[in-house]
Amino acid sequence: HAEPLKYKSKKKADKNDQEKQYVGFATLPNQVHRKSVKKGFDFTLMVAGESGLGKSTLVNSLFLTDLYKDRKLLNAEERINQTVEIIKHTVDIEEKGVKLKLTIVDTPGFGDAVNNAECWKPITDYIDQQFEQYFRDESGLNRKNIQDNRVHCCLYFIPPFGHGLRPVDVEFMKALHEKVNVVPLISKADCLTPSEVKKLKDRVREEIDKFGIKIYQFPDCDSDEDEEFKQQDKELKESTPFAVIGSNTVVEAKGQRVRGRLYPWGIVEVENQSHCDFVKLRNMLIRTHMHDLKDVTCDVHYENYRAQCIQQMTSKLTQDSRIESPIPILPLPTPDAETEKLIKMKDQEVGFLKD
Amino acid sequence: MAATDVDRFSSEEKRNLNLGGHVGFDSLPDQLVSKSVTQGFCFNILCVGETGIGKSTLMNTLFNTTFENEEASHYQNGVYLRPRTYDLKESNVHLKLTIVDTVGFGDQINKEESYKPIVDYIDTQFESYLQEELKIKRSLFNYHDTRIHVCLYFIAPTGHSLKSLDLVTMKKLDSKVNIIPIIAKADTISKSELHKFKIKIMSELVSNGVQIYQFPTDDEAVTEINASMNALLPFAVVGSIEEVKVGNKLVRARQYPWGVVQVENESHCDFVKLREMLIRVNMEDLREQTHARHYELYRRCKLEEMGFKDTDPDSQPFSLQETYEAKRKEFLGDLQRKEEEMRQMFVNKVKETEAELKEKERELHEKFEQLKRMHQEEKKKVDEKRHDLEEEMHAFNRRKVAAESLQAQSLQASAQLPLKKDKDKKN
Repeated sequence: HAEPLKYKSKKKADKNDQEKQYVGFATLPNQVHRKSVKKGFDFTLMVAGESGLGKSTLVNSLFLTDLYKDRKLLNAEERINQTVEIIKHTVDIEEKGVKLKLTIVDTPGFGDAVNNAECWKPITDYIDQQFEQYFRDESGLNRKNIQDNRVHCCLYFIPPFGHGLRPVDVEFMKALHEKVNVVPLISKADCLTPSEVKKLKDRVREEIDKFGIKIYQFPDCDSDEDEEFKQQDKELKESTPFAVIGSNTVVEAKGQRVRGRLYPWGIVEVENQSHCDFVKLRNMLIRTHMHDLKDVTCDVHYENYRAQCIQQMTSKLTQDSRIESPIPILPLPTPDAETEKLIKMKDQEVGFLKD
Repeated sequence: MAATDVDRFSSEEKRNLNLGGHVGFDSLPDQLVSKSVTQGFCFNILCVGETGIGKSTLMNTLFNTTFENEEASHYQNGVYLRPRTYDLKESNVHLKLTIVDTVGFGDQINKEESYKPIVDYIDTQFESYLQEELKIKRSLFNYHDTRIHVCLYFIAPTGHSLKSLDLVTMKKLDSKVNIIPIIAKADTISKSELHKFKIKIMSELVSNGVQIYQFPTDDEAVTEINASMNALLPFAVVGSIEEVKVGNKLVRARQYPWGVVQVENESHCDFVKLREMLIRVNMEDLREQTHARHYELYRRCKLEEMGFKDTDPDSQPFSLQETYEAKRKEFLGDLQRKEEEMRQMFVNKVKETEAELKEKERELHEKFEQLKRMHQEEKKKVDEKRHDLEEEMHAFNRRKVAAESLQAQSLQASAQLPLKKDKDKKN
């Protein structure tokens, strides 16, 4: 069956005196597991960054599939006044009986024009739209088949050619950090020597703190986890932002066939941890933290959006100073002129009656 | 030389003569060389590229030295140019090298104005030279030529194509300076990707009409090598001043966990080709092209702007002197007219202000008169009141006096009566 579960399942002790004490709800995790396999999972991943930083290659490397088969790239001339588009690719992939509906949200055109003022607006609008739609669905009468299109994670690609974050990087992350889990990555890391990687990571971390950008934080591991896991977790946290390299091609290195990039001076192996942090990213994103990313999106980002939404609606109500009603659960539609007149009339009548 | 001189030579009949012995004028090139060596050479490089792309490192690597430079920040408000001049010496040749850096290029969110400071800088250098050339007393042989001889344009190794900013900027620069595009940090592109990338870049430049510098193929000695190099543009370079031991030698290289990129290894990158072309073969041609082509274009445009023409309306050749005179007269006339205008304006303004002041004065007077009148009226009223009051007082006093005297009389009368009685009694 699937990978070993982390919790410790209770061993069935000998029947005689344990039978009375053993209730059996220790099998709940197994039941959850079974049901979730049946239901299947979904995950929406957004990738953002300037053109040419290896986003598509990385996505293909992460999910070991080719999502961008017939992609058409624009010329420099066409990009001078380019606007940002939002393109969704949805694929159904399956592994050991577990189905995953994976949606990749692409943002071609980001940062490519000569004037990139507010180029992140289409992206923030898209995220808000997904929240709004979910909010409506959640408040609706028939909630059987709610489709969750909310963006669970946004991988932001930082170019490795500079000295740290650039103004457009800072502005983008600040516009998004309270709407989605932002995971910054250092792209095309094969142009940096190990000492340069460290220097850039330190610099980026420093600037993220300095500008108050709230990137996705890995949850702290429980205190009763084993030492090895704690060590891994610590390493993971200390190597952010991940410096990644992607590759669509398989090359032969030391007699083995690996995913990598072939250069005259050597072969960069994508899955070699001393070459880049690709494995760390993959583990984090897919193998250990995918669900946490979804949870944080639902529990934090979406809830923030929802609370804000409701607050705006109630402040509108109190501005109208109509009735002192409790906070409505359903989003009230804005009444049209006819209804307003009717309501006013009735109000007056009631007022007369009182007198 | 002016256009007319060449014509003169070609119209005369040229005869080739054979020499009877060795005269010795074949030493002319040597004389020229020794003169220029004594003078020293001057070369100005402009490096255009985004912050962190490797401009300073490449300069260090090219000239095998460490020019002082601090790391630039990404948060400049705009682009500014930073020229630095160094004196280098190799064998007995002096080189005055100026490296101009574009600080802040590519960092702003809105890059529409990014090319302007660069174009302005290039034009300013041309302008200084033009000014020197037009001086009455000039010393061109002593003049420190700051005109940019070559612009190295650093292209980011995205592997796809040029960035929109690159295209826009190169288009603005191609008529002002020799552009040599190079792919920076090329150790992140694999060989197959590099080939495609180079082709894409060149096709984008051609289809947008960007004129980059072509290594000259008219000089027999260097035709072949220059032609082959032209086909390899843009050069994919890697820069490094750190040394790594390879074999038993220390070479300039970048050390990665997966291998060592050697800067001077031609199968690793095109650094050697760039150095060869830029410094060892075509440096002089770059200077010449700058002077003969780009500077001349600038000069012609500038002078045309100022109103100079080569021929007057009757298409007779104009002499600069006459043009100067005409221009000067025009200019002085303009000045005078402007002065008149200003004087008129001034006079008008004074009149206006005077009128205003007069008006105000009149108003004040009126007000004063009015107030005076009011005051007098009030005074009269108060006087009347006083008069009335005094009369009342008088009336009252009279009544009082009358009353008093009456009282006194009555007292007297009553006092006299008892006297009479007394008198009666006595009798």
